[in-house]
Amino acid sequence: MGERGLLDVLLLQDYNTALVVLGTTTLGVAAGVCGTLLLLRKRSLLGDVVSHATLPGVVAAFLVMQACGGTGKSLPGLLLGATVTGLLAAWLVPVLRRASGLKDDAIMGVVLGSSFGLGIALLGIALNLPSGNQAGLEGFIFGKTASMVRVDALIIGLGAAVVIAMTLALAKDFRLLCFDEQFAASIGRPVALLDAVLMMLAVAVIVIGLQAVGLILMIALLIIPAAAARFWTDGFIATMCWAGGIGAVSGWMGSTISAMHADLPAGAVIVLVTGCCFALSMACGRRHGLTQRWWRGMALRRRVERQHLLRAMLECGSPGTHVALNQLHANRRWRASALQRELRRAVRSGELDVHPEGWVLTPLGEVGARRVVRNHRLWELFLIHHADIAPSHVDRDADLIEHVLDAELVAELEALLDPGEALPSSPHPLERRAP
Amino acid sequence: MSLDYDTLVVLVACVAAMACALPGVFLVVRGMGLMGDAISHAVLPGIAVGFLISGTRDSVWMFAGAAIAGILVAMLTQVLHRIANVDRGAAMGTAFTVFFALGLVLMVQLADTVNIDPHTVLYGALELTPLDTVAIFGMHLPRAMGPICVVLACSIVTIAVLWKELRIACFDPALAQTLGMRPELMHQIVMVLTAATCVACFEAVGSVMTVTFIVAPAATALLLSRSLSVVVGIALVLGVITAIAGHWAALHVPELFLGEGFDTSSSGAMAFVSGVVFVMALLCAPRRGVIARRLALRRLVFDVAIEDALGLIYRLEESNVEQTANQIPQLLARDVRVGPRRVQRVLSTLTRRGLAVVEHGVWSLTHEGHAAAAGLVRAHRLWETYLAATVDVPASHLHTAAERLEHVTTEALAKKLADATGDAAIDPHGRAIPPESE
Repeated sequence: MGERGLLDVLLLQDYNTALVVLGTTTLGVAAGVCGTLLLLRKRSLLGDVVSHATLPGVVAAFLVMQACGGTGKSLPGLLLGATVTGLLAAWLVPVLRRASGLKDDAIMGVVLGSSFGLGIALLGIALNLPSGNQAGLEGFIFGKTASMVRVDALIIGLGAAVVIAMTLALAKDFRLLCFDEQFAASIGRPVALLDAVLMMLAVAVIVIGLQAVGLILMIALLIIPAAAARFWTDGFIATMCWAGGIGAVSGWMGSTISAMHADLPAGAVIVLVTGCCFALSMACGRRHGLTQRWWRGMALRRRVERQHLLRAMLECGSPGTHVALNQLHANRRWRASALQRELRRAVRSGELDVHPEGWVLTPLGEVGARRVVRNHRLWELFLIHHADIAPSHVDRDADLIEHVLDAELVAELEALLDPGEALPSSPHPLERRAP
Repeated sequence: MSLDYDTLVVLVACVAAMACALPGVFLVVRGMGLMGDAISHAVLPGIAVGFLISGTRDSVWMFAGAAIAGILVAMLTQVLHRIANVDRGAAMGTAFTVFFALGLVLMVQLADTVNIDPHTVLYGALELTPLDTVAIFGMHLPRAMGPICVVLACSIVTIAVLWKELRIACFDPALAQTLGMRPELMHQIVMVLTAATCVACFEAVGSVMTVTFIVAPAATALLLSRSLSVVVGIALVLGVITAIAGHWAALHVPELFLGEGFDTSSSGAMAFVSGVVFVMALLCAPRRGVIARRLALRRLVFDVAIEDALGLIYRLEESNVEQTANQIPQLLARDVRVGPRRVQRVLSTLTRRGLAVVEHGVWSLTHEGHAAAAGLVRAHRLWETYLAATVDVPASHLHTAAERLEHVTTEALAKKLADATGDAAIDPHGRAIPPESE
């Protein structure tokens, strides 16, 4: 495929390119959906074992077909061989693990390495045969998307449709299996059977993807979209949708880019695009993305700072009196710049008023301040009376907990301690406390 | 002096296998065997960048690039797992596939200018290593052995020096932390050793065989021993055996099917042989092998059946009911659920051990048999009394529980039970508890 205009490729003008792009996009959806199940079941790397284990199946199928007098190039025959050894590996890993008592990774490493080794040894034999060189067996290792023909696309489309339909039909059971295996078993769901079905779906996706991205990189299409989707959502179906979407976009963009540049291998480009999607999701994911988490952490720190300031204001003087900077410093160890910044912010949000002789709580600020001080002292009283902690040691604990006491807990503390309407008085001196 | 071709191939493979086995043991014990897989795939872009910078095939740049890529992927996995909360397996899969894809793209770009094939990275060029030799002390040794030997020596020295620290860190990181041994640092050291090994070995044996050599001998050795030093020794030996057997298989097994002149990839055959060795060890390991455990279980089942037969005869004698001919084998088959063939073996064992005698199909216990059976029935009825009194097990459930416990009750335990039940003479079902034998 030579260089083409971007628009031609994106709009699927060319029949052959359209086939490739459609095929990889569909594959991306199926891999994303199925990969979500694998990820939630913590079996991601089992997919890697299965995909490596398809190689001996492909080559053995070729050798068998040759021995039976055929050319050995029948794609369904090769894929059938891949399915058989893939399933065998998926079955072998738990069996060997139970028999040996070793950890998962050791068993997976042994199965992966020895099955791929067998594949390579068989490949060495096949390549020695007169017709072995032209069979394109090595294409299964790294994929050969560009040479995709109609039957390849059909196989991908059919396989993907079956996988997605099965997953959706069994979505409820799979959800139980992924999140609470014991509960699923206790209400009579056939857990072992579901696990087997899940592995079969994974093997199916891997087998149909062999042609497009190759067996080494197939695992990427299973794992990465699912892992990326987790940054966006917590829902089960939603994760599948996100993963399917990310897989589709990667398949589409990746094959498009490689169609425009003849020297870029499609499988690798698809994986790189998936990797970019992952990086983007990790950075900006709405639910667990790093920016999101940083922002939430920031907001919490701000609230804590503000509540400390309001409490210090109330503790330094009764409402309505002016509090000077040195009084605040006497109440608590602040970093000077942080205190200045927080004071400016509080003035801006209308919780403090600034006067020449100091700061004063506004009515709004006073409500907030009273609430925090009340939470703080309620917790201190609770610790003193019910946890037997000395009055001199309760301040630090209460300092941490005052910000996260919700209304329900406060009501419980009030019922327990019965402090009345007024602010409880502090059980310890209010001078120079640790930050 | 010069060695022949096959010896050189096996020599390279042996050194590579030993170099991989050393860090492999610590990785596998730590449950991170697949890190070897990740690192050995991830070296690809490092190699490509090394080429881009230096433009030659044999260079320090290539080695350095690969090592950096390997360590980067280990770190990236940690970062994704710790900071972004991605499942460990998925983090590893994400990191190394992206690296590998990047390497593949770079390789294809470089294909016109430098002669390197992505396939080589996967399954190596072991067969070509003897063609490029250097003379050392008059011996013509493959050049590829150089880096592997260096890494092997580094591994040996590191592990010898840090043996205690590494051992505690991989079995019990928390204890290592409290002893001030810095388990994280030890872990990083193992990672660096792994990365260096992968880089040194990939050219000769390829990444897939590297991961097999890292994981398989260590996993197999862990089946055979529980002592870390023995495990390391076994892993080294297994690596060598695998290398030799794999090369032999590659040369001779295809001939069996296809006739003279056919052979196949040695590294592939070695990887497969290591799997076969693992399965064989799993089946035949002396104490924890599948076969040994099956046999032990059968022996236990047989011993229990013998004890049950003794108990049966004892109870029948105790009840003073006239025993009809062949009643014992029938009861044994019905109540103790011993299969018909086993019934005969159990009963003949009883007579052979002098525990019981048979006359016209009627069984009676000898003196020794009576003593053994009394001890068993005593344990049974003590358990019933104890469970009824202390644990509040309902009367209908006592028998089943006691039936199991009686076989594992030692004399000392029976004494304690007797004390706990106040030397009861009658069990909850109203039967006499046999007194302690003298």
